[in-house]
Amino acid sequence: MRALLTLAWCSAWNRRATLSLVLLSVALSTFLLLGFEQVRTDVRENFSQSVSGTDLVVGARTGSVQLMLYSVFRVGSATNNIRMSSVEAIAKHRAVAWVVPLSLGDSHKGYAVLGTTAEYFNRFLYGDREPLVFAQGRAFDDGIEGLYGAVLGAEVADALGYRLGSKLMLTHGAGGLPGAEHADKPFTVVGILKRTGTPVDRTVHISLQSMEAIHIDWVGGAPMRGVSIAPEQARKFDLTPKVVTAALVGLKGRAAVFNVQRFVADYAEEPLMAVLPGVALDELWDVVGVGEKALIGMSAMVGVVSLAGLVAVVMAGLNERRRELAVLRAVGAAPRHVLMLLAGEGLLVTLLGALLGMLATGLFIVLAAPWAQAHFGINLKLSVPSQAQWGLFAAVVAAGAVASLIPAWRAYRLSLADGLSPRV
Amino acid sequence: MIEAQDLRFAWPTTWGRGKPADCIAIDRLTIAAGRTVFLHGPSGGGKSTLLGLLAGVLLPRTGSISLLGTRWSDLSGARRDAFRADHLGYIFQQFNLLPYLSVLDNVLLPCRFSALRRERATQDGGSPGAAACDLLRRVGLAEELWARPAAQLSVGQQQRVAAARALIGRPEVVIADEPTSALDAALRDSFMDLLLDACRASGSTLVFVSHDERLAARFDERLSLSAINRPASSETAEGMS
Repeated sequence: MRALLTLAWCSAWNRRATLSLVLLSVALSTFLLLGFEQVRTDVRENFSQSVSGTDLVVGARTGSVQLMLYSVFRVGSATNNIRMSSVEAIAKHRAVAWVVPLSLGDSHKGYAVLGTTAEYFNRFLYGDREPLVFAQGRAFDDGIEGLYGAVLGAEVADALGYRLGSKLMLTHGAGGLPGAEHADKPFTVVGILKRTGTPVDRTVHISLQSMEAIHIDWVGGAPMRGVSIAPEQARKFDLTPKVVTAALVGLKGRAAVFNVQRFVADYAEEPLMAVLPGVALDELWDVVGVGEKALIGMSAMVGVVSLAGLVAVVMAGLNERRRELAVLRAVGAAPRHVLMLLAGEGLLVTLLGALLGMLATGLFIVLAAPWAQAHFGINLKLSVPSQAQWGLFAAVVAAGAVASLIPAWRAYRLSLADGLSPRV
Repeated sequence: MIEAQDLRFAWPTTWGRGKPADCIAIDRLTIAAGRTVFLHGPSGGGKSTLLGLLAGVLLPRTGSISLLGTRWSDLSGARRDAFRADHLGYIFQQFNLLPYLSVLDNVLLPCRFSALRRERATQDGGSPGAAACDLLRRVGLAEELWARPAAQLSVGQQQRVAAARALIGRPEVVIADEPTSALDAALRDSFMDLLLDACRASGSTLVFVSHDERLAARFDERLSLSAINRPASSETAEGMS
């Protein structure tokens, strides 16, 4: 057996140029499979950590996925608003520790504008219960004092080149409609948040009162004709919001979560719903998961193609090796030795290729992590391969072993048929 | 030593079309132990097929062929391979060596597959490696070539290494299939000398196949394949060298 392994090694070394190409293609497909698995799990983790420390998200009755989409990911829009009085009623529930209302709908150059309270910056947590941190400046004040002050997410500030004190104008709705600018009431940047890798980075935060103030001379989604209220005049109006889009709710104890959820669902004044962010995010991920499956399928196909390459290369080389196999037969090697020789070679090549692919994955994570963090907010973590990754590794090696049985079987047949005189 | 009785062999026809016709039909063939036999036959006369039968790589359709009193057809496939490794040395026309192994490793190949050959080589030289060195010296291969990859040797040198390999561990039978056809006259004569000497020294029976009748005089015995092999139709042997 050892003699055979030595022979297999020497023979493979002799054909190292061709075999190293096969090895590289196996390594590449392993890298794709493992790397994709890594990115997938890390993205998923990031995704599921885009909000933490919030026990419930409350909004108008809709699908739980849709509620998450517009309240946390700023995608799509609410079907209906909820009354501020309802939010206050929830805040009074004895199990509720805090409530942060969210008011959405406006935008600034494609970035969502979020009206909220200053408490948001203390209550909102992401990732592993990490709080929002100011890179520059501070939060706006609630009430009249904080009017027309904006806090920018890191990406908004970076992409648009805003600094503290920059002026910006908000657009009504998602933008695109002419004349739907809140041009009369410019905002001043008072704070810029550190990068979080969550939708917060792509959000312009203003106070609820500011949100009221810019809409004070608007009716039904358009400015009132002939009426214009100057920014300073707006301060004299009652700027208490009547409606908001959604609210984040924190509880005193996790145990009461279903209790409060039922309280919200049964709220008599208006139809409301409360969702558990973790559960809703999982549901949302299932929706996104279709594309994910397509990508897994693609990398699996790459794996199959590279193994087909392995088979093709070994098969093509087989004719040249008929002489070698006949020599081995003449010195006493049995056809089963020939079978083992070829299968062993295939196994060796796939094993080395898969190991190389695994190394490449690690290297890729180390090199790409800062870049992925900066550009996509994806936190890639180098760790020991996960169980799924070991599974993929084993699958590649097993598939390689099975694939190399094809040329091995052919060589076995050839060495039986040729005997000692290969008819080449 | 080598005995064949009512030997019939036919190659299977392509895709099973037509009736396979015998290309080997030998009623009787006996070769005594320790003899050197020159087997002469024209190209396409079934020489390689007969050697395949002698070496137990091919099995006869009917009749029997035996080596050292053991009938090949009585052994299982795996036992035949082991028996061949133990008792038979084989020299091809050319391309005898594995190009990626050193000369010495090529000579030692039979010892990797046969414990008996390894044991005998150890008896001969103290270790298989020493026995291999003795043989390489005997076939006149310069010592500085021993560690080289076989691919770097000339054809004549390669055939000498092949002879040393066939003889290591003193197999009872050495079969040589036109080993001199790729050599020029001077090389051929020196190769013949050393092969015959080495076989006589180790007491091995040599079956030497060639179409070159000038070589026949050096052998103990001379057999003509066309005289002993009488297939029903000679056409079937076409393409079989």
